[in-house]
Amino acid sequence: MLKKLGPNSRDNAEKRIADAEFPQPFASTLEYNAPARGPWNIVHTGMLVPGSHQIFACAEGCLRGVILTAAEMNAMNRMSWISVCENDLFNGELESNILEGTSDILRKLPVLPRCVLLFISCIQLFAGCDLETILDKLRKRFPHVDFIDCYMNPTMRKHGLTPDQLMRRQLYAALKAGGKQDSRSVNLLGNDRPTEESSELVRMIRDSGKILRDITHCRSYEDYQQMAESALSVTYLPTAAAGGDALAERLGRKHLPLAYAYSTEELLEQYRKLADALEIAMPDFHAEISASERALDTAQKQIGKAPVEIDYTATPRPLALARLLAEHGFHVSKVYADVFLETEKNDFQWLRTNFPDLRITSTVHPKMRFAGKGVPGNGEKVLAIGQKAAYFSGTHFFVNQVAGGGHYGFDGISRLAGQMIEAFQTPKDTERVIQYKGLGCESCL
Amino acid sequence: MKQTARIISVYASDTSGVCSALYELGGMTVVHDASGCNSTYATHDEPRWYHSDSMIYISALTEMDAVMGNDAKLVGDVVETARELSPKFIALCGAPIPMMVGTDFDALAQEIEQECGIPTFGFHTNGMHSYLTGAAEAFDRLGERFLQEEMVKTPHLSVGILGATPLDFSLNGSIDSMVELFRENGIETVSRIAMGGSLSDFSELGKTRVNLVVSQAGLALAEQMFRRFQTPFVAGVPVGKGFSRELLKELRLSADDGQCRFPCAVRNANAAPDTPAAVIAGESVFAGSLARAWSDQYGSAFPVRVLAPLEHDPRLAAETDRDIPDEEDAEREFSRASEIIADPMYQPVAPENVPFHPLPHEAFSGRCYHKWNRNLIGRDPQWKENPSC
Repeated sequence: MLKKLGPNSRDNAEKRIADAEFPQPFASTLEYNAPARGPWNIVHTGMLVPGSHQIFACAEGCLRGVILTAAEMNAMNRMSWISVCENDLFNGELESNILEGTSDILRKLPVLPRCVLLFISCIQLFAGCDLETILDKLRKRFPHVDFIDCYMNPTMRKHGLTPDQLMRRQLYAALKAGGKQDSRSVNLLGNDRPTEESSELVRMIRDSGKILRDITHCRSYEDYQQMAESALSVTYLPTAAAGGDALAERLGRKHLPLAYAYSTEELLEQYRKLADALEIAMPDFHAEISASERALDTAQKQIGKAPVEIDYTATPRPLALARLLAEHGFHVSKVYADVFLETEKNDFQWLRTNFPDLRITSTVHPKMRFAGKGVPGNGEKVLAIGQKAAYFSGTHFFVNQVAGGGHYGFDGISRLAGQMIEAFQTPKDTERVIQYKGLGCESCL
Repeated sequence: MKQTARIISVYASDTSGVCSALYELGGMTVVHDASGCNSTYATHDEPRWYHSDSMIYISALTEMDAVMGNDAKLVGDVVETARELSPKFIALCGAPIPMMVGTDFDALAQEIEQECGIPTFGFHTNGMHSYLTGAAEAFDRLGERFLQEEMVKTPHLSVGILGATPLDFSLNGSIDSMVELFRENGIETVSRIAMGGSLSDFSELGKTRVNLVVSQAGLALAEQMFRRFQTPFVAGVPVGKGFSRELLKELRLSADDGQCRFPCAVRNANAAPDTPAAVIAGESVFAGSLARAWSDQYGSAFPVRVLAPLEHDPRLAAETDRDIPDEEDAEREFSRASEIIADPMYQPVAPENVPFHPLPHEAFSGRCYHKWNRNLIGRDPQWKENPSC
């Protein structure tokens, strides 16, 4: 006898953390796609290279999402495409179609771009497409254009680097090797929005007398190319670290991967590493620590025991954030995530021991299709951190943030606490806000 | 160059066509794909996604499962989910990687149906054809399974609307307006496949005296109805006042004489080859109907030509219409036009000195121009009177 699903049943899609396994709390099965569109995709990220043009070569079904991403961000003048049909896979013209298609597009552009991001997809990788040869020929035909090989290959997401990690690596692939090394400049790599100037991390770099270079600050291709000179590159997003390693190896520079952290001890450890790399004395952060504690206490007093729900798109460390808030008296009721990073293991164990009833909720489980927009009749005011948490809880009170929101360190904690108060006091139009693609990008909607 | 575009958009694919066609029918549709298809469909091709729950999922295909041919995981996941959610039917459709590894969707559908007892369909999509191909197969196959034999035709004139999806009609009330237009003219709408209806619309469809094909997506089902039940069909969308009246006449005629008709392919003001004409780019049935409405409004002094960017049945086009499968084809035809009616995302390849009347088409520009969306059923568009239309 088949069981009829209740509209709000979350069996198998939600469990107590005490009953959850690390790092994958839910079995792999069919997947749902929630209408929270704020996280950036490879098109948004690729557009960070100033003056670049993107060309995607893939099946029309795969093209559709990336083309309309560019359209919605009013950037169709920086986007072109080559479609792949069945015949192309078997007639020996897979490479020549990409080569000639790209050449044709570039000849038709009103101005030749300085840099072209040429994306291929799963299908060419399965077919053994010789992208290197294509790029060699393109570089000969267009010697003034820097070509970057890019990949839209979600089928390979569980083998090697994910598409997001790959994109954050390839973002810097056009930086030219062999130039001068500038020990006075430091790169901050892999972010899709600037890190707050008030963060300790940025202040440490600036106060050391170094020039901070970040692709989000670059206004021209020359600005971007200057990043090749920096003697040191720093990353703090987990998805950026592989790119930092690759760039350091290719240019013969140093890479300092920092952890994205919320605990005082872990943050101080990151700052000690940074101070060493910058060859400066470790600053005294007592005032910043106290300020972040006060900010959290103030937020807790205002938010009280209202349930707080966090999702993985808001921060790379949802469990570390849950722990921080729980330690400060917030009623953290749910964390939405389908898999956790290895760096979350200690926080997972701590929460399991100290808050065993914390719910871990899938965002993609088939039953979550019927769990959107909250539980009817449940009048509890929920504060969500992240768009998916806002959608699934049905709340209008949420911190609209993706990928850490440019916050880092004690300053980031203080700012987040302030955002939580603001979000708890001022309702948002959840349906409208979360459906804009690429939070922070232009939108034609 | 063929298959390349410098700046224009790309049409929704066959997988989106299947999902869109089946969205409201209570089934569970699974796209065998890694992740991109569902996000693309849900964001750009499905305006009902936020407010209307439908069981559309992806299989989360991985490289290892594809290489090793691990279809057992797909079957197991589908059966398990179906047992929990009790869909009225199950639809499997493919994306590029399953095509490359030769996934046999018909066999998988059979296996799933045997395991869970729910009618299951395998669709032959691969993300390389237009939404019309996918939607047409979806409607046709559901018809094969759910149309009921020996239905008694209604005593009065009745119609079934075939081929409606938001990819062609967005959510601007067009289908409701068609139903209202028929009601005002004494015609009962028995089924509306598949916007604003349900799976029972298929079982009811046998009662109709005549079908109205409103998009190429409905043509295969209409032909099946004609073959099995001798129900004739008329291809056209009742846009514009004059053409709406004409279409109502054609519906009555077909119901009476049992003949199928293609008024969307008739041009009252034909554009001679190589003469400047107004051009309308879009899905053949809709664009052809708009061309009829144009001629009705402006007469033979203003010839009109349809430009077809998508795969289409030749019966849906007039001899003077042109195919524009690629950007350069569109650019060439636009350069010869006196006026252009097309989705706004064609405008960058249109000459600046030719009047351009933007008409958003969800299957091309997604949600970008929802604010400009217009319901033209039974209404004259006033292209010339209001150039910004």
